[in-house]
Amino acid sequence: MAVSNSNSTAPAIEGIEVSKTFGAVKAVDGASFAARMGEVHGLVGENGAGKSTMIKVLSGVLSPDSGTVRVKGHQMELGSPQAAQASGIRTVFQELSLMPWMTVAENLLLRREPKGFARLLKRRDLAPRAEEVFAELGVENIDPLELVSNLALAQQQIVEIARNVIQEPEILFLDEPTSSLAGREVEWLFGLLDRLREEGRCAIFTSHRWREVERLADRITVFRDGKDVGTHAEIDESEAITLMTGRKVDTAYPVPPPLKDAEPTLEVRGLSGPKLSDLSFVLHKGEILGVGGLEGQGQSELFLSVFGAGDLSEGEILVGGEPTKIHNPGDAIRVGLGIALIPEDRKSEGLLLPMSVRDNLMLPVMGRFSVGGVIRGGTEKRLVEQMIERLQIRLRSTDQAVDTLSGGNQQKTLVGRWLLADSRILLFYDVTRGVDVATKQDIYELMLRLISEGRSILFYSSETEEVARRLSHRVLVMREGRLSAELEGPNVDTEEMVAAGLGEDVRA
Amino acid sequence: MSGPEAGRGKRRGRWSHFSAQNVPLLLAFFILAGTVIFYVVLFYASLGRLPGNFELTSTTNSAMPLVFATVGQTIVFLCRGIDLSVGGMMDISNSLAAVKMQGGGMGSVAGWSAIILLIGAVGGLINGLLVAVGRLQPIVVTLATLSIFQGIAIRILPQPGGKIPPSYTAFLTNTSYPSALIFVALLVLFWLVFRRTSFGVAIYAIGNDEEAARANGVRTTRTRVGSYVMGGIFAAAAGLFLAATTTGGDATAGESFTLTSIAAAFLGGTTIFGGRGSALGSIAGAFVLSILISVLFFAGIDPLYQSFYQGLFLVLAVVIGTLISRFVGRKG
Repeated sequence: MAVSNSNSTAPAIEGIEVSKTFGAVKAVDGASFAARMGEVHGLVGENGAGKSTMIKVLSGVLSPDSGTVRVKGHQMELGSPQAAQASGIRTVFQELSLMPWMTVAENLLLRREPKGFARLLKRRDLAPRAEEVFAELGVENIDPLELVSNLALAQQQIVEIARNVIQEPEILFLDEPTSSLAGREVEWLFGLLDRLREEGRCAIFTSHRWREVERLADRITVFRDGKDVGTHAEIDESEAITLMTGRKVDTAYPVPPPLKDAEPTLEVRGLSGPKLSDLSFVLHKGEILGVGGLEGQGQSELFLSVFGAGDLSEGEILVGGEPTKIHNPGDAIRVGLGIALIPEDRKSEGLLLPMSVRDNLMLPVMGRFSVGGVIRGGTEKRLVEQMIERLQIRLRSTDQAVDTLSGGNQQKTLVGRWLLADSRILLFYDVTRGVDVATKQDIYELMLRLISEGRSILFYSSETEEVARRLSHRVLVMREGRLSAELEGPNVDTEEMVAAGLGEDVRA
Repeated sequence: MSGPEAGRGKRRGRWSHFSAQNVPLLLAFFILAGTVIFYVVLFYASLGRLPGNFELTSTTNSAMPLVFATVGQTIVFLCRGIDLSVGGMMDISNSLAAVKMQGGGMGSVAGWSAIILLIGAVGGLINGLLVAVGRLQPIVVTLATLSIFQGIAIRILPQPGGKIPPSYTAFLTNTSYPSALIFVALLVLFWLVFRRTSFGVAIYAIGNDEEAARANGVRTTRTRVGSYVMGGIFAAAAGLFLAATTTGGDATAGESFTLTSIAAAFLGGTTIFGGRGSALGSIAGAFVLSILISVLFFAGIDPLYQSFYQGLFLVLAVVIGTLISRFVGRKG
């Protein structure tokens, strides 16, 4: 169905000279953005460049400090999600706005529930209506009666996208819609966006994966440091990266040096639990051991278990040849073991966001640098400053709250914490998810530096390529909680890894 | 296209989903059934006969104030709030009823009932405005209004006294047959309708995730204020039932209900984190706590230790509930 366009000359939506400040951070700094009806518009930039903030302003969730927003030439009321929705705007936010304790069907149809007698919700019609919606959009394998909190992240993302698309938005924003989606799901989304374009609607999306932007976007707008630095119909990856970062960035994956001595630091034997079965492997000193496979095959349970936060029924974990008893993260962090987890969801599992960078860095090691429970200020200051320098964490002051840092810098703060704790075994769990190219490169370099110091890294990433290509010495492929293959690296064949992840029967 | 591989497999049936998602609610009914059986057994053991009409009537009547207070508390809980002022509002309602209704005719009694419910709504409105518009912490706001309401109640009725017309008692909590069960049925009906209204859905949505609810176009401020207004009305109604059962006024009689309404809501499977729970469970929870008092009586336990055993029971129930939820969650 086509969308009528009353004012064809005016852009579908435009933000003019928008500024928004959080504390002392200028998230968006006089940036402008415009997209047309009938186009898919890519919005790219590094983390912290202001894309998400701009999207939130344009969809009425944030009220800007200054600037105007026009929809089809008409000025839109600022800071009102209702006004934005009335103008035909829908938004798939990066932080999904689903109700965890409601079912898929309730979420899908929230505030558009089937109504019966006296405008009361007709609960019985919810699930069939949801099934219809899924059938129409080509979504399979999501049970409308399941609670959203029981869904995998990718499924939640699909529900969120579907929920917005069925409202027939004229303008649809998608902030990092693919960050939790795997190959076929991404294809599904592409199909959906192509359809929106054909129907004459306007879709605006952000992504850190250049291939997606290139494949989908009719035009691309680049953001840097809170400003727009150009809109292009034709632009290649290196040009875009130069625009995004203001410098040339090498996008290749670095190669770890070959392993010299094969001294094992971490040995896992017969790990079993609700989502793990009989998993064994060895991590050597100075090694990056990649972990791959489809999402949700027990990788996160593996990482949590090694960190002492898992739910194990059987198995042994040896550090430096010694059997260990890791019952909680406190045990794992301790000197002697020195196991640290750098999780994907920095916000809920790692950092204390409202606290300062200094406090976050010092948290696990405070006891070591304190006299009678009081932290020695001078020592602390020196250690913190050294770490910030070493990891090049970009900040104004060590007293700055972590939630005012950009995503990449939050990530580095977390790594810095574990370095201060002198952790020898680092568990990198999907740390590059939703991270821009330049920061990714920083993380790769950091990983290489860490192993050159004799530390070991267990590395999982939802991007198969990242694990396979060069970065890992070896790759473990997991499937249904088991080890389905162990591939020698570096430069593991991506196809082989995917095949192993799907299981032998699928291998062509 | 297809969903993620992890989502593959057989789908559960509707009933299987319902039971997995409503473990706390089912557990509340289970606990209620267990408590009733326990009560009947103890009763039989000490009196040699089964409880009859009189026992059913008196148990129902004595449970009514807590039932109403708990339903109000539940609505506030679901919207991720807490209402400590329940006891204070019940004091106001109870005292006012005792002072104003004595010797009044039908019209005056009905009129004052309406006025008292309206006062409950105003009290809730104050709570709601301070919490949702003033952005103050619910626990601080309602702790303060609890004291304020208690002060007002003392002002209305400095000494226990006043009188509730017998006709009013007969209407709300008839002592000769369990007519109060009609009000329980009305509450259940109210709830089944309420959670199908957009206001009800909005309350659940805010309890799930306030930011997400806002992004979905839910009027969060209005809804949160509304939840406290409902809480206030139900607290005032609870005070009326308390007045009817005690047939007189006492400006401090409502105090214990603040904490017992919270306990009953927990027992009924509603969480303080919002978005999960049901007034149906709360009604069961309120009955459990009320019947427990009779159970303790027949078990020969000194009334002085009542609260000790109530507390023990609450902890046990919550622990069992959590264990069952975990077990079911793992299997699912």
